[in-house]
Amino acid sequence: MSTSLERGIRTWVAQIDAPIASFFTSCVHCGICADACLFFTETGDPKYTPIHKLEPMRRVWQQEYTFWGRLAKRLGFSKPVTEDELKEWEPLVYDSCTLCGRCSMVCPVGNDITYMIRKMREGMVAAGYAPEGLKAATSRSIRIGSPMGVRLPALQAQIKAAEAETGLTVPLDQEGADYLMLLSSAEIMQFSEIISAVTRIFDEAKVSWTLASKAFEATNSGMQIGSSDLAAQLVQRIVDAAEALKVKYVISPECGHAYTALRWEGPNLVGRAYPFKVIHILELLDELRAEGRLKTDGFEDQRVTFHDPCQIVRRGGIVEPPRNLLNMVAKDFVEMEEHGIMNWCCGGGGGVSANERADPIRRKAFDRKKHQLEGMGVAKLVTACSNCRNMLEEGLEDNHLDEDIEVVGLAEMLAEHLAVSNRADTGESTSTAKE
Amino acid sequence: MTETEFLNWVRGPGMQIALAVFIVGMVYRVLENYLIGRKQSLAEPRGSEWTHGVGTMWRRSFTRAKLTTRGYVTLVAGYIFHIAFLVTLFFLAQHVEMFRSLLGFGWPALPPLLITITAVLGIAALLALLAHRLTDPVKRMLSDYQDYLTWFLTFFPLITGFLLINRVGIPYKTLLATHILSFELLLIAIPFTKLSHIITTFISRWYNGAIAGVKGVQS
Repeated sequence: MSTSLERGIRTWVAQIDAPIASFFTSCVHCGICADACLFFTETGDPKYTPIHKLEPMRRVWQQEYTFWGRLAKRLGFSKPVTEDELKEWEPLVYDSCTLCGRCSMVCPVGNDITYMIRKMREGMVAAGYAPEGLKAATSRSIRIGSPMGVRLPALQAQIKAAEAETGLTVPLDQEGADYLMLLSSAEIMQFSEIISAVTRIFDEAKVSWTLASKAFEATNSGMQIGSSDLAAQLVQRIVDAAEALKVKYVISPECGHAYTALRWEGPNLVGRAYPFKVIHILELLDELRAEGRLKTDGFEDQRVTFHDPCQIVRRGGIVEPPRNLLNMVAKDFVEMEEHGIMNWCCGGGGGVSANERADPIRRKAFDRKKHQLEGMGVAKLVTACSNCRNMLEEGLEDNHLDEDIEVVGLAEMLAEHLAVSNRADTGESTSTAKE
Repeated sequence: MTETEFLNWVRGPGMQIALAVFIVGMVYRVLENYLIGRKQSLAEPRGSEWTHGVGTMWRRSFTRAKLTTRGYVTLVAGYIFHIAFLVTLFFLAQHVEMFRSLLGFGWPALPPLLITITAVLGIAALLALLAHRLTDPVKRMLSDYQDYLTWFLTFFPLITGFLLINRVGIPYKTLLATHILSFELLLIAIPFTKLSHIITTFISRWYNGAIAGVKGVQS
């Protein structure tokens, strides 16, 4: 057995916990999880059945944690996991699983299959079996601070542009601010309107906030590839910046996995509870709405629907806020047939979009979203994750639907409808209006 | 061993052995998993582990997603089989009598005709599930010897029981002894096979509900 394979297996042994043992014990091979996975429904290929994606780790569980498995192993009757199998399973675990969590919602015996895949990736990457695209993104995150290689000057340029557009100051490294706002690389490079949007909203709502030059990136490729060590390093940068700036809250941006990484995995990765709270931008906006600090003007004149980002809604628990916010600005807001915690993934989550090898299957899997949108007559597809947004735009374009349906970020849509008070009257702006 | 001696053995020591293996085996199986332990999350919870965990133990008996035809076949046949098996096990008059002698108390039985219909439905559902396992590409790929072994072990008591209440040609005592023995084999197999899901399902559902519940999601 090679050293790397041994390392992978050792990692699985360490990752397997009581829930995983219970999940493997309970599986009755009913195959219902297949129906919940867009990679199966859109291809019909049984190998994409979620529980099948865990087979090598299941064997390790059986051989290391069950009485009969240990006995069989000692007597030489068990089939050890091989390098060839890891090679075969790598695309199943990384290319055709977005960690969307839908299978975990339908398994009749209650298996949280996504929880298991997340841990399976730890062993895969430890054994050296992870896609090149995701490895490169993770390496850029560690070296440069961003999976797309975005550096501070790029952010500073976007800040300048936002300041010019809004006539407001975008606070950077402001110690003692209440909120530290994070962004995703995709927002900085492709959807930079978000910076103007939050600047205007926070100014109106009188939110004390800042960006941090040492931690502006919220995404976490380390978590996607399954390397807890690297994921912890990336979270630690944010924790350090938040502590240095003495903020009370860190705002997770419109990015799905960033929320999971920061809100749910983060404290476990760095090994301690945070001295600040993590709040998602949608949660904060919904709070501002409830407090009457976020007011909007007018409504969208076309039909809109909402694409639930898996990590924010199903795996994140933020179900109602986006709906409350959309209802502020859209009279004709309609839900997809399966929405909220049962929505279908865009196909590019969980690191799939960073993995070029997965492009063909990801584009095929988009058929599910296309079917969901068919006949709805929506002109705008609103979402709250820049990765979903990229995937949706690309998928709609592939299917020649981009002329009919526009993909929009929720915070931006709200900013467009922001009711602007007469600042000259109050003179209480938190982001100082530029002279 | 005469027919009567054999019947007495399966009714007495045989049943005691089977019950002991079932109980000790399942306790071992559950502890074997539980003692691996799990880390408590340091993330600030949005919801309660316990209430969501318990909620999912019940909620997961129903599906909330739209399935494909293959999923619905499993679902419908699965429901029929499980309900039929439990109804015949707990509400056939002879079984109620057995429980009364074992536990010291009983409960009203269902009419024989109803039990016969239930048993037929259960047998039909099991046959359909076997056919589906052999023909559906997903299930065929997932299946190993245990799936077929446990199918047989589950089918055996149902079919012998059905023959017993319908008094077919086989001598009564032999058939009764075989029926009881088939149930004992099933009991013994539970801790050693995926039949242990009869208990661990509820533990898995609890974990699933708890993991989602911490995030404030009803799973």
